[in-house]
Amino acid sequence: MTSVRLAPRPAPGPAAGAAARRWLLRHETLLALLLAVVLLVLSRQSDRFFTLDNLLNQGRLLTEVGLISLPMTFVIVTGGIDLSVGSIVGLVAICLGVLWKGAGLPLPAAIALALAIGTAAGLFNGLVITRFRVPPLIATLATLALYRGLAEGISEARSVRGYPAWFASLGQGAMLGVPTQLWVLGAAVAATGFALGFTVFGRTLYAIGSNAVAARFSALRVDGALLAVYGASGFAAALAGVILVARVSTTRSDMGSGYELTAITAVVLGGTSIFGGRGTIAGTVLGLVLMQALNSGLSLAGVKGDGTVVMIGVILIGAVLLTNLVRRDGG
Amino acid sequence: MTLAAPARRPRGALARAARAHGQEIVILAALLVLFTVVGSLNPRFLGANNLISIFSGNSYIAVAAIGMAVVIITGHIDVSVGALIGVLATVSGTLVTQGWPVWVAWGVPVLLGVVVDGLVGALVAYARLPSIVVTLGMLSILRGGLITATGGAWISGLPPDFLLAQGRLAGVPVPVLAMVLLTAAMAAFLALAPLGRAFYAVGGNPEAARAAGLSAERMTVLAFAVDGFFAGLASLLFATQLQVIQSTVPPNLELTVITAAVIGGVSILGGTGTVIGSTLAAMLFGTIASAFVFVGISPYWRGAVIGLLILATVLADMARRRGLR
Repeated sequence: MTSVRLAPRPAPGPAAGAAARRWLLRHETLLALLLAVVLLVLSRQSDRFFTLDNLLNQGRLLTEVGLISLPMTFVIVTGGIDLSVGSIVGLVAICLGVLWKGAGLPLPAAIALALAIGTAAGLFNGLVITRFRVPPLIATLATLALYRGLAEGISEARSVRGYPAWFASLGQGAMLGVPTQLWVLGAAVAATGFALGFTVFGRTLYAIGSNAVAARFSALRVDGALLAVYGASGFAAALAGVILVARVSTTRSDMGSGYELTAITAVVLGGTSIFGGRGTIAGTVLGLVLMQALNSGLSLAGVKGDGTVVMIGVILIGAVLLTNLVRRDGG
Repeated sequence: MTLAAPARRPRGALARAARAHGQEIVILAALLVLFTVVGSLNPRFLGANNLISIFSGNSYIAVAAIGMAVVIITGHIDVSVGALIGVLATVSGTLVTQGWPVWVAWGVPVLLGVVVDGLVGALVAYARLPSIVVTLGMLSILRGGLITATGGAWISGLPPDFLLAQGRLAGVPVPVLAMVLLTAAMAAFLALAPLGRAFYAVGGNPEAARAAGLSAERMTVLAFAVDGFFAGLASLLFATQLQVIQSTVPPNLELTVITAAVIGGVSILGGTGTVIGSTLAAMLFGTIASAFVFVGISPYWRGAVIGLLILATVLADMARRRGLR
């Protein structure tokens, strides 16, 4: 941690120097430096850390939370939050299993329907938030309980197994040497990064997060954008649910529980302001990779799994604290 | 709107009470309806044993929700309370099984709760970190720390005089007594004491509160310290209700506590709400859970019904608030 504080600080003066200084003090830059330090330290702890096998396998494990944290960045940029994503993962997993085994649908149709259900669950969140003006924290807290409850009710504690090999390859196979789901995650990173950084839609999200009333008076379609954002969050959670089922080859109603907090941690670690108006997909990806690297590296170095959970908590608070301090004396 | 408002304001004392305590009345009514309907379907639901198990078994959630209500009223949130209760319960059990006197095993968790959440409050108030970020980090630290420390083992061999929650005073179970007294005391404090009003002032409008000479920073630290104090008390009720202390708390305990506070009428936007509502809401959840068993609905659907009820209450609350404006 201390090494980050030693980041070079150009002397104040000409405009070019100030711009360079602003860039160096960006949260993403600090985070990338921190990540580099962490990777360096971890690779010295265990020679198995920096192997291609381990890195690709870590990517596989990162995909589900990764997919969720991308639209979560959208949601938090608008000043909202979505706590229901973990429950949507569970609901979609159960629906997939029941539609396929119980209702006898062909698996592709069951997947499509399950994705539609997850998207509908996200849109419902958006509807409650935009139509009834329920604060997002409360709306998604309520649907967190509702969707998990539906998953438990539909499943009645039965699990579904025996998925065909082609489906399992989505979660366990590889394409061109890279785990299948990493291609999906890569495409999602590109799409969300482009949408947030380079489109009117993305600018609209920042405007909503900075000042929703001003955005409304500027004739931006605030409600439509929010609906799309929460719908996207539901869709991503559904996709994560399908990939999770393919990876572990079974469905249970408690799947994905706690994912919402991991995803939010990754987003906030990535420099997105929880108050909205600020944040990037690049930051979220860095946050994700840092968390997964810590998880893997520390367990290889002999720290028990729960010790890494502690470390992630410390890093989350430390990273935000550091950005705050640097920003304040950096002006 | 401002001109029309006074003319529409209800005049009678009853109407005024309904206006000020609408949410509490709604929840109380829901509780009464639930007791009447389920009681008529299955009279054993109203038996003393079942009522005691509902009220006693859920009192630790109500006690934790009191502290949560204060934090939310001040305009913040604490998502780490469930993990904190687990850690404090383990600390308490470890102390007593290692031969420390019972009063130490009861006192240290409460003190530790105040210290930990006071630290959280200081980070929120003076380092200006969003409370959801700090408590999210704290959730990870406490949850991971707990499993690392206990290795998932349960604590057994608790001495009988340690088991506070199994005691009775004048026939009333101690947890119920504690819940009622703490709720009443905190409700009175928040409504009447100047320091209690200050929490609402800071949560409602920090700038105005500052102009009135209140330190938002100090009130924030205090609110979290109060939260930690009640989490400590809740952990005692939780730790002493069985003969063993489990190394885990019920999943999503923090969300249950937050939901109780919010359903009880504490606005997530800060500045309003009472702890009577949060306690009633905690009891409502417990009653619903128990009602399932007695009505014979598959317990698998319990979560869905509770979720639906939470959503309905939230929507009704939003409609009610809009009607008042």
